[in-house]
Amino acid sequence: MNEWVIVVAKSLLILLVVITTFAYSMLFERKIMGWMQMRWGPNRVGPWGLMQPAADAAKMMFKEDLTPRTADPIIYRLAPFISLICAMGVYAVIPFSETSSGSLWSVSDVNAGILFVFALTSMGVYGISLAGWSSGSKFPLLGSVRATAQMISYELAMTMSVIGVLILAQTTSLRGIVHAQYGLWFIVPQLLGFFIYLITAVAETNRAPFDLVEAETELVAGFHTEYSGLRFGLFFIAEYLNMITVSCLATLLFLGGWNAPFGLTMVPGLVWFVLKAALFLFLYIWLRATLPRIRYDRLMALGWKVLLPLATLNLIVTAVVVALLPPR
Amino acid sequence: MRKNLFNLGAVLQGFRTTVSFAFRKKPTIEYPSVRKQHSPRFHGLHELRRYADGKERCIGCELCAIACPANAITVVGAENAPADRRSPGERYAARYEIDELRCIFCGLCEEACPTDAIVLTPRFEMADYRRGAFIYSKDRLLVPPTAGIGTSPDERPGGIPSDLGSVTNQKSTVDIKDGYDATWRGGLLKEDRKGLAG
Repeated sequence: MNEWVIVVAKSLLILLVVITTFAYSMLFERKIMGWMQMRWGPNRVGPWGLMQPAADAAKMMFKEDLTPRTADPIIYRLAPFISLICAMGVYAVIPFSETSSGSLWSVSDVNAGILFVFALTSMGVYGISLAGWSSGSKFPLLGSVRATAQMISYELAMTMSVIGVLILAQTTSLRGIVHAQYGLWFIVPQLLGFFIYLITAVAETNRAPFDLVEAETELVAGFHTEYSGLRFGLFFIAEYLNMITVSCLATLLFLGGWNAPFGLTMVPGLVWFVLKAALFLFLYIWLRATLPRIRYDRLMALGWKVLLPLATLNLIVTAVVVALLPPR
Repeated sequence: MRKNLFNLGAVLQGFRTTVSFAFRKKPTIEYPSVRKQHSPRFHGLHELRRYADGKERCIGCELCAIACPANAITVVGAENAPADRRSPGERYAARYEIDELRCIFCGLCEEACPTDAIVLTPRFEMADYRRGAFIYSKDRLLVPPTAGIGTSPDERPGGIPSDLGSVTNQKSTVDIKDGYDATWRGGLLKEDRKGLAG
């Protein structure tokens, strides 16, 4: 009974933290994008626009929640929740830091954490696909078809690039992977894998320049064209949570998680974790501000003809090297 | 395609460009808190001025309404009552309305005005939620009695110049019976004149 209370309390806390992070990562993005386009970004609501997320949330809540006549009413209403639940569920296993006594800052310590994460993030595409399909409208349908194809193409290369890390760490536990990086961060031996992960992660989360799923120039707003109000907001939250998830994962898998760089151990591990994840978030925004959307056939060509062979190569080389090296 | 996919130099150049732009000075004028300095000759909201003694400059001659290319001005002139003179001349504007939504702020009314009564001020914040609110009548156009400048013709040394009298010799378009001219607007405005002074 007591354990349940702790788990529920932890979940509620992480929910609060994650939603706040979402809200401010959105503001962060709008600010950074604004600066890169010589604008100020939101700065009207509260000091430096810090209350903007609250204003946006209030606006979302009061918008009309429309359901098109041609839509499948149940699936249409359910789809945003699929996306959101999959995006949120991941945070149950992501460890944020570890105390010196060895207890972990996470809701649960799963020994196959990385598999759980990939399982859930892959499920997230169902939300998008079903949303597009059930809208009963052509643009969302095209968006969801694209989403499905894109996910399959990039999920493969992404998982392959991560397997290199798993071979080096000899474990699928996220905590174990971070522990294996106490000496050397995996970004060094897995540099190629790291870059493949970065690119595929952007495609996985449907972010620019791989946001073909919601390409507004061709598809109005892609899979969420028909959505409005709070349901659109849920997709929005899910997108940002996925972004934060892959940033956290990149930190855990390649940048040594909460390990302090250069022996700067006086700064707590949680701060390092947050800083590293924020670095990836910034990279995302920088990418969006810089690169135009890639053409659809090139997206597919990049996924299948470049990233997948490279990831396979990376996997084979890593496996051979680890097999030939004397066991540690 | 190979060239496009592997042209990493250009991509990195792009990343450098966006970051360098992030630190540039932003051209945004944060309007409500920071205001741009307008030219003193900026064409903004109209104002009807007064003489120093508080009399209205407008003599209801309608030259502004005739000059207006957007037909935004409506003037209904009336004779001054001897006991209560609104303007130094014979007539004054009983009604003076400008539809600021039609106005193109060209300033031709200002140029046409023989008594410098109508002027364009640098004010430009006229936003409202109702269309009707953009029809500015005398209550909003006329400056408060204390704010006017200048002297009226009959206060000039030597009184009214004698050449003003020659105007009466010219052929008038004003219908004696109606007291108003025979243009299309005249017909429309006949109703408006009812019950007004003069």
